[in-house]
Amino acid sequence: MAQLEIRNVTRRFGDFVAVDNVSLNIEAGEFFTLLGPSGCGKTTILRMIAGFDLPDAGQILLDGKDLADTPAEKRPVHTVFQSYALFPHMTVAQNVAFPLRMARRSPAEIDRMLREALEQVHLTDKADAYPHELSGGQKQRVALARGLVNRPRLLLLDEPLGALDAKLREAMQVELINLQREVGVTFVFVTHAQVEALALSHRIAVMDQGRVAQVDEPSRLYGYPQTRFVADFIGHLNQLEAQAVEVAHGHLRLAVTGLGEIIAPSTKDAVAGGKGVFAIRPEQVRIGMHGELDELKNHFSGVVHDLLYRGDVSVYKVSLANGAMIEALLPNSAPGKAELFEVGDAVKLGWRHDAGMFLRD
Amino acid sequence: MRSSWAGATTPGCSCVTESVHKSAPAARLTNWLVSGPPFVFLLLFFVMPGIIMVLASFRYPGEFGGLAPLTAADPNTLQGVTLETYRFFFSDPIYGRVFIKSIFMALATTLICLAMAYPLALLIARSPKKSRDLMVLLVILPFASNFLIRVYAWMIVLGPQSALSRLVNGFLQGLGMEPVHLLFSPFAVLVAMVYVHLPFMVLPLYTNLEKHDPSLLDAAQDLGANAWQRFWRVTFPLSLPGIFSGSALVFIPVLGMFAIPDILGGTGDMLIGNLIKEQFLGTRDWPFGSTLSIMLTIAVLLIAWLAARLAGKRGSYA
Repeated sequence: MAQLEIRNVTRRFGDFVAVDNVSLNIEAGEFFTLLGPSGCGKTTILRMIAGFDLPDAGQILLDGKDLADTPAEKRPVHTVFQSYALFPHMTVAQNVAFPLRMARRSPAEIDRMLREALEQVHLTDKADAYPHELSGGQKQRVALARGLVNRPRLLLLDEPLGALDAKLREAMQVELINLQREVGVTFVFVTHAQVEALALSHRIAVMDQGRVAQVDEPSRLYGYPQTRFVADFIGHLNQLEAQAVEVAHGHLRLAVTGLGEIIAPSTKDAVAGGKGVFAIRPEQVRIGMHGELDELKNHFSGVVHDLLYRGDVSVYKVSLANGAMIEALLPNSAPGKAELFEVGDAVKLGWRHDAGMFLRD
Repeated sequence: MRSSWAGATTPGCSCVTESVHKSAPAARLTNWLVSGPPFVFLLLFFVMPGIIMVLASFRYPGEFGGLAPLTAADPNTLQGVTLETYRFFFSDPIYGRVFIKSIFMALATTLICLAMAYPLALLIARSPKKSRDLMVLLVILPFASNFLIRVYAWMIVLGPQSALSRLVNGFLQGLGMEPVHLLFSPFAVLVAMVYVHLPFMVLPLYTNLEKHDPSLLDAAQDLGANAWQRFWRVTFPLSLPGIFSGSALVFIPVLGMFAIPDILGGTGDMLIGNLIKEQFLGTRDWPFGSTLSIMLTIAVLLIAWLAARLAGKRGSYA
C-alpha cells in the first residue's frame, strides 16, 4: 500500500477545474515531484494534502486513512512554504521548536529534537538569530528544519528554491537530496522548474491543465515522454511533422516533413499511416564534416544557419537540404577552440537509429 | 518604542547614497530648505512654550492673572523666583489623588478601547480588500461631526429620562436596588472617553494587522497550532507595535482631557485636565497651572518609558 493515495480527486473553483480526476500513489520514503506550468493544479493538490483546501470529489488517504475530516493542524504533514513563512518575532530556535511545542512534547524532548534538527541543517550557531538576520539560503534551511523537526509522515515543499539565486539553488538541491536521504521522510515537491525536478526526484508527475500527463522516473520522463506536452515541457526538442510509413518489429519507418524518410525507434501504439511528430533532443544529434557520420542510419547534409556559444556547449542550428531546421548540441571539449564550425559551413548531421521518438497526435 | 521588523531599515539605505552622489553643498541646501520650516515651527510653538511653561512655574502669580514681576519697587508685592508652587503641589495630597484618579481613568479607557478595537481591527484587516476602505471610512466617520456635539449627545443618551436610564433603573428596581444616575458620573465620563478615542486605537491596530503575512497563519496551522494558538503565538505578538502606538494615542490625550469630565462628569469628577484648565481660566494662577502641566508631562514620560521597557523585553525582534 502506498503511503499517500490520491484517489480520483477533483477540485473546482467556479467554472475552472483546477484539479481534474487526479489519482497518484506516493510511496514511503520517496522524493516525489509534481511538475507543471503555473495553473496546472500542482499547488492545489499540495494544499489539499496539507489540509488548507478540500477536494470536491475523490479521496486523499495517508497510510490508508482518509484525511477528509482531519483539519490541517492535526495532519502529520508539514509544509515548507515558497516564502518560507518563518515567524519574524521568533528566533531560529523558537521557529524550529514551534511544531514541537504545539505537539506538547516534553522540554527534554524539545531540547534534543531541536538540537538534532539544527545540526542537520548546519544552523546550530544561528539558533538565537532572528529570521531577518539570515541569508536566503539560511532561511530556507530553517524552514526545512522546522518542517522536519517533529518527524511528519510527509513533507510538502512548495517551490522552496524559487527565491534563491542560481548558484545557491544548485547547492540547496544537493543539500535537499542529502537531507531527504538522511531523514527518510517522504517529500512531495512542487515546482515548475524541470531541471530541479529532474535533479531531485525519484519520481515525477507532470501535470497539465489539472490532469496528470505522465508519472515516471526522471530519466524515463526525459528519454521517453509519452505525450507531446510532456516532451515539450521537459528539456529541449527538435520537432518535425511526421507520418508512419512502416511499422516493423523494433523500429519505425517515418516520412518526416523537411527531412525525408528516416528510421526511428518503435512505439507501442504506432500504426502505419498514423500522423504525429518526430522529436529528437539536440544532444542526440551529432554534427560532423562532410563525409563523416555516414555509418549512422539517419544522416543528412546541411548548412550552419545559427550558432549560439554557451561556454560549456555550442548550439548549432543547421538548415537541411530538404528544408528542415535542426538544432544540434556539441560539448566544447577541445580546449581553446570552442566553435568547430562557422555560420555558413557545409556540415553533416546524423543520429542513431534508436534515437528520437515518434509522438502520435 | 521600537520599530517593527518590517520597518527595520539597514543603515545607509539608497536615499543616503543618492544624496552622496549629488554635489554636497546643493544637497545640504535642499536638506535645509525641506527640513527648515517644520524645524522652525516646532522650535517656535513647542520648544519655546515649553520653556516658558517651565520658567513660569518658578514665578508668583500676578495680581490679575499672568505672572508677578521679577522685580518690583514695592517690597510688599510678590516678586522674584520661588519653589512655592511645587511646595504647594506636594503639600496637599488632593493633587496626587487627582493624578492617580486621572491615570486610572486613562488606563481604563485605554484597556476598554483596546478590547473593543482589536476584534474590529482584525475583522477589517481580514475582510476582502474592497470592503476594507469602506470600513475604515466608517471608523473615522464620527470625526466629521463636532467633538462637543458628540459629547453633548451623550447627555441625552445617559440622561435620567433616556430609554437607557429607564431600562437600567427598571432592572435595578426589579432587584430591589436603589436607582442610579448614569449622567454626571465617572461612568458617563468613561463611556464618552472610550467613544471619542476608539478610532485612535482602531487605526494603528488595523494598519499593523493588515500588514501581517497570511502565510504565517497557514504555517502555524500546518505546524499544529489551533485557532487560539495561532492568535496568541503569531497574530498577537506581531501586533504589539500596533497595540503600543494605539495605546499611546488613547492614553495621552485622555490623561489631559478636560471637556468630557466638564460636560458629563459630576462635581466630584475632577481630572488633571480640569485642574489645569481651572488654574488658567478660573483661579488665574499661571505658575501653579504650569507646575501641574509639568507634572503631567513627567507622568506621561515615565509611563511611556515604562511601557517601552516592557515592550523591549517582550519583543526584541525589532
